[in-house]
Amino acid sequence: MAKIIVVTSGKGGVGKTTSSAAISTGLALRGHKTVVIDFDVGLRNLDLIMGCERRVVYDFVNVINKEASLKQALIKDKRTEGLFILPASQTRDKDALTHEGVEAVLDELAKDFDYIICDSPAGIEQGAQMALYFAEEAIVVTNPEVSSVRDSDRILGILQSKSRLAEQGKSVKEHLLLTRYNPARVASAEMLSVADVEEILAIPLLGVIPESEAVLKASNQGAPVILDEDSEAGQAYSDAVSRLLGEDVEHRFLEQQKKGFLQRLLGGK
Amino acid sequence: MGILDYLLKKNKPSSSASVAKERLQIIVAHERSTRGQPDYLPLMQQEILEVIRKYVDIDQDQVSVQLDNEDDCSVLELNITLPDAK
Ligand SMILES: Nc1ncnc2c1ncn2[C@@H]1O[C@H](COP(=O)(O)OP(=O)(O)OP(=O)(O)O)[C@@H](O)[C@H]1O
Ligand SMILES: [Mg+2]
Repeated sequence: MAKIIVVTSGKGGVGKTTSSAAISTGLALRGHKTVVIDFDVGLRNLDLIMGCERRVVYDFVNVINKEASLKQALIKDKRTEGLFILPASQTRDKDALTHEGVEAVLDELAKDFDYIICDSPAGIEQGAQMALYFAEEAIVVTNPEVSSVRDSDRILGILQSKSRLAEQGKSVKEHLLLTRYNPARVASAEMLSVADVEEILAIPLLGVIPESEAVLKASNQGAPVILDEDSEAGQAYSDAVSRLLGEDVEHRFLEQQKKGFLQRLLGGK
Repeated sequence: MGILDYLLKKNKPSSSASVAKERLQIIVAHERSTRGQPDYLPLMQQEILEVIRKYVDIDQDQVSVQLDNEDDCSVLELNITLPDAK
C-alpha cells in the first residue's frame, strides 16, 4: 500500500516543484518505488525539472477521462530506477480534476507504488485542495519570509479541516520544509531563523534547504538537485529524505560556513 | 552589563527579523482564531454594521462578531461598542 504525501505551501514559487522532484528522486534512490504527480493543471512544470518534458504524451487528465491508460501516461525516469512521473495537463479547464477521478488514479497507483508524491499548485483554491485531499502526510514548503509563513499556516488550517483524514476525524502528518534559507542573512538578523519559523508554525521540522545556485543549475539541466551530491542543497534534500523515512539525522547548513583557505584546499568540512 | 551597554541596547532599533516575527505571531494567532468559522461571518458582520450605522455613527472595529462552538450548540456573540450619547 502506497503512502500519499502532498508537497504544498499556499504561496507560489517557494520551491514545491523543486522539492517534489528532489524528494521523489531521493525515495527512489533508497529503493522505494515512487511516482510523482504534477497537480498544477495548466502550468505543467515538473516535467521540465525532472528532465522528461519531451517524453510527455499523455497526462493526468487524459487518464482521468479514460483517454489513456495509466501505463501509457506514466513516464519512467531515465536516471533513477523505480521512479515514475505523471505529468499535469496543459488544459485551461480548471475543473478537469474531479474527486472521483483523482481517487481512482491514486487507488490504482497505490497497488504498485510505495510512495505517491503530489506536487501541489500554489494557492488555497480547488487545485491545491485536490492535491492535498487524499494525503496522509504533508510537506509544507516555506520560505523564511512573512507572506510565505502566513500562507503555510493557512494551508495547515486546510489540511486540518478539508483533507480526507480530517473528515474522518484523523490528522495528516505534517512536516515543515524550510527552503531558500540564507544563514548569513539570518546571522545579521535580516531573515527569520529556523527557530522563529518553527515557533510560529509549531510543526516538526523535516529539513532546511539553503538558498543555493545548484538549484538553478539543476533546473537548467533538468536533473533534480538531489543528484548533485556535492551541493549543499542536494545534501540537505538527501537528509530530509532520511528523516522522512524515520531516520534521526542532524540538521546541517544552518550556520554560515566560514571556510579557511587550508580547509578549502584540503576539502575539510 | 554596564549602564552604557544597557542604554545602547535599548536604543538599538529592533532587528528586521524580529519585527517580522512579531507581526507574524499576531496575524497568525488572529487567523487561527477565526479558522473554521462559516464563510458568511465577515459579510454578516458588515451588514450588521450597516444596520447599526443607520442609527449611530460607529467604526468598523467597534463591532466584533465571534462564533463559539460549545458541546451541542453554537453561540454567536455580538459585541458593539456605542459611542457616548451626546
Ligand atoms: N533552495 C533554493 N535555492 C535557490 N533557488 C531556489 C531554491 N528552491 C527553489 N528555488 C528557485 O525558486 C523558483 C521557484 O521554485 P519552484 O518552481 O520549485 O517553486 P514552486 O513552489 O513549485 O512554484 P509554483 O507555486 O509556481 O508551482 C525556481 O526558480 C527555483 O529554481
Ligand atoms: Mg510548482
